[in-house]
Amino acid sequence: MFTTKSFIKKNKIGNFLKNVREHYIRDDISCGVPNCTKCKAEASSFLSETHINKCSLYNFNHFVILDTNIILDQMDVLEEPVISNVIILHTVYKEVKNRSLPIYKRLNAILDNPSRHFYVFINDHHQDTFIPEEDSILINDHNDRCIRAATSWYIKHLPANHFVLITDDNKNRQLAIAGQIPACTIAEYVKHLENKSLLEDKLSRKDFHTESKGKEIFPPHLSTAQLLNGIKQGILHQGTFRASKDNFLEGFINVEGFTDPVLVQGRSGLNRAVDGDIVAIEIFKKEQWVSPSEIILEDDGVSEEQIEDVEEKEKVLKNTTVQDSEIKPTGKVVGIIRRKWKQYCGILQGNSDGVYQIFVPANRSIPKVRIETRQADFLKTQKLIVTIDAWPRHSRYPHGHFVRALGRIGSQDTENEVVLLEHDVPHSQFSEEVLSCLPKLPWIITEEDEKRRVDLRDIDICSVDPPGCTDIDDALHCRPIKDGKLEVGVHIADVSHFIRPGTAIDLEAASRATTVYLVGKRIDMVPELLSSNLCSLRGGEERFAFSCVWEMDQNANILKTRFHKSIIRSRRAMTYEEAQITIDDKTQTDSIAESLRNLNMLAKILKRRRRENGALVLASTEVKILMDSETMEPLDVEVKKMYETNSMVEEFMLLANISVAEKILDDFPDCAMLRRHPTPPATNFDPLVKAGRHLGFDIQIDCGKNLAESLDNAVKADNPYLNTMLRMLATRCMLQAVYFPSGTLQKEDFYHYGLAVPLYTHFTSPIRRYADIIVHRLLAVTCAADSTYPDLLDKQKSSELCQNLNYRNRMAQYAGRASVAFNTHLFFKGKLNDEQGYILYVRKNALQILIPKYGLECTMYLVKKGETSIFEYDEETITQKAGDVVFHTFDPVLIRLKLDSSNIQHEKFTVQLVEPHIPGFSVSPLAELQEGMNEEGAKPVNERKRKSEETKKNKKNKK
Amino acid sequence: MSKNKELISKIGLRLDGRRADELRRIRCKMGVFAQPDGSAYIEQGLTKVLAAVYGPHQVKNRQKAQHDTCIINTQFSMAVFSTNERKKRPRGDRKSTEMSLHLQQALAAVIETDLYPWSQIDVYVEVLHADGGIYPACVNAATLAIIDAGIPIKEYVCACTATLANNEIPMLDISHQEEVLGGATLTVAALPMSGKIVLMEMSQRFHLDHLPKVLNKALEGCKDIKVILDEAVKNHVAEMGSSTGWANSRT
Repeated sequence: MFTTKSFIKKNKIGNFLKNVREHYIRDDISCGVPNCTKCKAEASSFLSETHINKCSLYNFNHFVILDTNIILDQMDVLEEPVISNVIILHTVYKEVKNRSLPIYKRLNAILDNPSRHFYVFINDHHQDTFIPEEDSILINDHNDRCIRAATSWYIKHLPANHFVLITDDNKNRQLAIAGQIPACTIAEYVKHLENKSLLEDKLSRKDFHTESKGKEIFPPHLSTAQLLNGIKQGILHQGTFRASKDNFLEGFINVEGFTDPVLVQGRSGLNRAVDGDIVAIEIFKKEQWVSPSEIILEDDGVSEEQIEDVEEKEKVLKNTTVQDSEIKPTGKVVGIIRRKWKQYCGILQGNSDGVYQIFVPANRSIPKVRIETRQADFLKTQKLIVTIDAWPRHSRYPHGHFVRALGRIGSQDTENEVVLLEHDVPHSQFSEEVLSCLPKLPWIITEEDEKRRVDLRDIDICSVDPPGCTDIDDALHCRPIKDGKLEVGVHIADVSHFIRPGTAIDLEAASRATTVYLVGKRIDMVPELLSSNLCSLRGGEERFAFSCVWEMDQNANILKTRFHKSIIRSRRAMTYEEAQITIDDKTQTDSIAESLRNLNMLAKILKRRRRENGALVLASTEVKILMDSETMEPLDVEVKKMYETNSMVEEFMLLANISVAEKILDDFPDCAMLRRHPTPPATNFDPLVKAGRHLGFDIQIDCGKNLAESLDNAVKADNPYLNTMLRMLATRCMLQAVYFPSGTLQKEDFYHYGLAVPLYTHFTSPIRRYADIIVHRLLAVTCAADSTYPDLLDKQKSSELCQNLNYRNRMAQYAGRASVAFNTHLFFKGKLNDEQGYILYVRKNALQILIPKYGLECTMYLVKKGETSIFEYDEETITQKAGDVVFHTFDPVLIRLKLDSSNIQHEKFTVQLVEPHIPGFSVSPLAELQEGMNEEGAKPVNERKRKSEETKKNKKNKK
Repeated sequence: MSKNKELISKIGLRLDGRRADELRRIRCKMGVFAQPDGSAYIEQGLTKVLAAVYGPHQVKNRQKAQHDTCIINTQFSMAVFSTNERKKRPRGDRKSTEMSLHLQQALAAVIETDLYPWSQIDVYVEVLHADGGIYPACVNAATLAIIDAGIPIKEYVCACTATLANNEIPMLDISHQEEVLGGATLTVAALPMSGKIVLMEMSQRFHLDHLPKVLNKALEGCKDIKVILDEAVKNHVAEMGSSTGWANSRT
């Protein structure tokens, strides 16, 4: 079946070892062209006879063969379904894999799509196209030779068909043409296609107008060899570049060997590094080290050529950075080791005409990008995606190309789309294959099911959730049993019964990892039939559940724990508010009210015990946006209300999670899916400790328990919100909690810092979290309700899965926040309010202010352009002083908030100070302006309420 | 990162160009030495092994002699130059001792030991180049050498390795590169004609669900190897016989 020839490959690993590998040359590889009589037909070939590549450069139909550089640089063009019947040579395929994994993945997606007619030809194992490597020839030249050899083989092999080689490598192209192979560049090829305008914008132009003799704005980068040498010798350092969000002329690089991130400043310091890039830096001598500037700078440059404003801002930056005790290691970027350029969402700046446009990314840590487009007028109204191609020395902005438009700026759908794309949330419709995994309706419980599950339908179980919740995944019960003991049950929707491992629905859920909640929109992890119906533990319906049942005494000590699959019928689905009313209403004495009261009593004990152990109570500004269900416009923003029942449900969920974590770790020491919250490094707490010190509190950070206590003690009578602010600050010091398989870490590292428990996992929300489904499966095995499957026990696979879950969870969280932020913006449109706020940070030229009512953070600049400041900044105490008014961290202020819509492209909040009053800086209160009444700002709120009531009434009338 | 590497590409070819169910090239030669009673040389891909058989002869250590069976003494050794990095000692380390024992086990299953009471058979194998699948190559070489020595055996004993590629596709005859990149390697020594397994070993764990398909793949491999060895034996005998003339009469 095959002929074998082995050949020798040298491979250098550290100390120059000679590796010999086999390389088999085959005679059974098909050319992939349909109806080829010489080769055996290849079933996996998607090449088509009927498809015609229409390119006016060639007056015949042809197959396209691509060089590696085309695939690496022009993926956006290839992804458009225009160029088809493409043959990818294996040499090229392998090289793409080595050079760029993301591109390789995108290429694979195209290869998998039958309608694109792509085919991989394994030229390097084919007996006629294999070329042995020669010592004297560089690997690149060798690959080019292989590509040409394969192309000419195709031409000879199938004289009736035509083949065109596309390559941007000049030498390769010339040699190909010399060898009678039709060859051209991608730009030429696209230019002569039928519907070219679409594609031309997407062409990446690495080389465009390099001939222009512009002023060189940036210092040159060192060559790769110089970089590697420098790093090896310890002169240069390698690290990931993180741009500052507040100051476009500043960034940090985390370098091994330095505890503090290394600071880079200014145009030449940053030297074309983009957020996320891996860069090489040179660290200055200690005398030149400076402290990070405390000022906020925005890039409001207009065109590409002018750099005067940047120079001016650099001067400002230089003036503000002083050398004091706060100095950080400082350096400059001398080269880029690897670019981590992605696709960016954003808008066009829109103040220039012509084909060159400036693109403003939504992410503030990414620089503006120059793109070339012929549809600027249309794109100005759109949110779009752009990728960066290159950043030449003479250009102030990186050059990129337009990828696609998302929709009109400002529309709710577009914004949601942007949020989802920016955060890499998979949000397409569920595929047919996934939907076919769903159970058929009507769904009934069979006798077989009843036999295998514990019947709990006679127990009074109820669920407590936020209002409007349709994916109810937990329900509770509590009933007295003999000897004054209590039986407490937590019943979780049995999602793993419907989602079997390895099915399409399972893979989809694993990749989505979590349900994403946006304002007014939910991106489900599992199809709606499951999430809102079959799995949801709705009141009065029989559902499958996974139960965790404890026997407890009156002091909430667990005497016995058992887990089993069950059938339950929830008596009632309550909201937190309803449950609270039921508990408080002493006249209600039915079993549900009783069990809720017992649960509440136990939960209080559990909570107290947990806090004694050092669990942290943290604060965040979670707000809820009330939406008008018809116009989809935000009506009001409010801070989420908390009832006692919230904490009651939370306590039992925590308890269930902890119990389950212990159980699965016992049975699966190697592959139990757990969740840990690492102890943050002490340096993370610096801002908190500093803030505490200025206020006269001693915040202890040596362990969670002391931190919790010192936070409890930090109360000031005159500023009741201060404690919450401190807790908020503490929240920001924390690290992210992550999932991990137990086999990958030491037992001490399993600790959950925030909850102060040694073991923790997620068990209670399988409808919206994939980790819970895995935990369910593990637990089902331990109680003999289910069997294992290979991937569940594979440490490697679990750890890959955890990585994905952690990534998706983080992104889902960010996406949720971004969505709230956008809607808050929308809410403020056209409004002018005076709001109570608190100072979060005092900066050199600005105050950062938090408005808890809206969970909004905004910046108030203290210095206007071209004016001298009336404020004095005191670095010792971190205060700003003007006259007799002094601003400390956490001081309450009254500010006027307005959404500046003068530039529709880029709406910003403008913040003005109302109180305390500083002559010449503050504005007078809004209420005085309007009516001279004392009720500050009360009017607009009332008005709004009335309005919303009116709309509600209108709706009723309509019905 | 190397763990994530695909052992079989999307197109269905392995890193060296084989398909999942293909063996490496096997070349073998019998009677390579004159001094021993039987000898053989085998190449499986780049793995090269020499085997020599002495005996049956008188038991050297008389106390060990057994009245109803013969002792099979095996010695495994690897040439110091056989691996990428030069080995410190060719035999006597734990791995070699284990290999010797395993080899002895496989051979004891096929040799008609009860024909030779009070005697001993020595089998020496020497690995010249190790490129994955050392144990199978040793077993196959020893089988050939025993046949060359004219010692009666019940049937061929062949060995082969198999693994799981990309955690789902069973893959045959693992090279060193694949051993390093991949997961668990299953080594099976079997009697391919009767389908009996005489030795089975795994380098790591994988889920039990995978075992049947990987094991089947390995057994198929053993059968394929048997065909190749059989052919080599017949050629060798024909060659030897041609000098006396009787071999020609067969055809």
